[in-house]
Amino acid sequence: MSTKRLRTIGFHTGASVLSLLWFLPIALILVISFRSTDDVLGNGLNALPHSFAPGNYSAAWSGGGMQQALINSAIVAVPAVLLTLLLGSMAAFALSRYRIPFRRTLILLMLGGNLLPPQILLVPVAKLSQVFGLYDSLATLIVVEIGFGLGFYVFVLQGFMRTIPGEIQQAALLDGASAWQVYFRIVLPLTRPALAALGALAFTWIFNDLLWPITVLITQSKMPVTPALLSLQGQFVSYWNVIAAGSVIAAIPTVAVFLRFQKHFIAGLNLGAVK
Amino acid sequence: MTVASTNSVTPTNARPVASRATGRGRGPKRSWGPGRPSPLVLAFVLVPLLVESVSVFWPAVQGFYISLTNWNGVNPPSFAGFGNYSKMFGDPVFRKALEDTAIWLVLFGGLSAAGGLGCALFLQRERRGIAVYRAALFLPVVFSLTATALMWQTLYQPNGMVNGLLSSIGLGGWQHAWLADSSTALYAQIVPALWREIGYVMVLYLAGLKGIDPALYEAAKVDGASAWQQFRNVTLPQLRSVNAVVLSVIIIDSLRSFDVVWALTQGGPYNSSQLLSTYMYQTAFVNTDFGYGCALAVAIFVLAFGVIVSYLVRAFKESD
Repeated sequence: MSTKRLRTIGFHTGASVLSLLWFLPIALILVISFRSTDDVLGNGLNALPHSFAPGNYSAAWSGGGMQQALINSAIVAVPAVLLTLLLGSMAAFALSRYRIPFRRTLILLMLGGNLLPPQILLVPVAKLSQVFGLYDSLATLIVVEIGFGLGFYVFVLQGFMRTIPGEIQQAALLDGASAWQVYFRIVLPLTRPALAALGALAFTWIFNDLLWPITVLITQSKMPVTPALLSLQGQFVSYWNVIAAGSVIAAIPTVAVFLRFQKHFIAGLNLGAVK
Repeated sequence: MTVASTNSVTPTNARPVASRATGRGRGPKRSWGPGRPSPLVLAFVLVPLLVESVSVFWPAVQGFYISLTNWNGVNPPSFAGFGNYSKMFGDPVFRKALEDTAIWLVLFGGLSAAGGLGCALFLQRERRGIAVYRAALFLPVVFSLTATALMWQTLYQPNGMVNGLLSSIGLGGWQHAWLADSSTALYAQIVPALWREIGYVMVLYLAGLKGIDPALYEAAKVDGASAWQQFRNVTLPQLRSVNAVVLSVIIIDSLRSFDVVWALTQGGPYNSSQLLSTYMYQTAFVNTDFGYGCALAVAIFVLAFGVIVSYLVRAFKESD
């Protein structure tokens, strides 16, 4: 009996140490983000705080351009996620519920596009957007983020939709429902758990992306959060407290999405795993 | 903070199983909607396909073509055959980048798989407080790699956390300017990437472990199997499909690794932490050598090709 007790204590000790070790970097960064520059320079990065300087956040927010960057990120991420889910679910609906010619080939082709290393696309996409007069615009970024992710979402969603019994659809068709009504009124509502999972995931991926924004944008004021962090880093060299504040600001939206949709989020990560 | 508890993993694991069951029972070709898709239904496929064609397939074809040209973006591209590819063989930076990418693949991939599996085994049993432990390990997964990199840049400063921890455990002699020293810059940057990846791999393995039939362990216990034997002969074989997933995830993630290095050293000092992905970006967009940049991208594609194909083969089987 006492062995069991000891093992439980041992487990919790080990797990606590591990979790604390994992959380320590975050805790330190949070503390540093609230310390004044004099305090950090005078007492060192690891010292206990001798000051309280929330001004770091306003320095990063307005001086460091994080405010504009968050707005840009929202302009990109929100429509990109919604359109991705719309287009992805449309294709998935047709591919899973109808006898489309080359059905399986199309699914794999689209998924294959998502698996390509993005590097192969960088130069051509930058050039193509110049040809269309859309270089350095958030619209291009939205299109690229949608197009590059789409194959994955189509694949996952068609797998999910195939589990919906065909009888439901047939009953609706007998009642005279159109394909659009079957999609919008019947299949989409039944797909909601998968859509929520993928939506949470897509938001995080698009919001956190660095490579595409720095490839298709050049104007500093158009940059979303991730590249804006890099210019903040260049602007506040060695102001570790302001850089820490900027990183915290950049992390808050995805942490909020995660905490709000954690169940869906974890489910989404596993949905994507092709067994 | 309450996160990622039991129930959250359940739907996860239930889905592929369910989809497979229906696929098998029903047969894919039977009774799906009307025989011939209407124009609207075809449009449902064609519009997304068009979007992906414009932003992925057509650029990909062009990328291969550009790799066969010399192009600086000012003059029109001139055809160079395989000139850019033969240039790679004599390019010491390319060789260094290839080497660093291999190191990254082995260390980042191996340690995140081992760490993820270890954490999943350690935290697999549902018990009080388990959600908090899992959440702590998972939290970094939602940070962007760039924000992660900047956090660790601070921690790697000469008077930062890493050196502080070392001296507090009596290893003060190991203190170092981790990112500025060309012998440690690469390895120092694998750590933040690992810190972020392990939680992700753990989640994949937790779902896999949950799917193992407890009766198998019961049977093994009856046969007198030790904990290690149970792991060797029950857990590992049962995790085979998850292992395949994890393998493709970490290889694809390794080859895509860019953000951390671009944010911290941009491949320096003296190309000591140059990855193929950072070298490609630098060649194309800093040195505006688009032809060679695309050839480097093709090299990355070639390395990823095997993984892409095996992933698609598994996807093919699943979509049966």
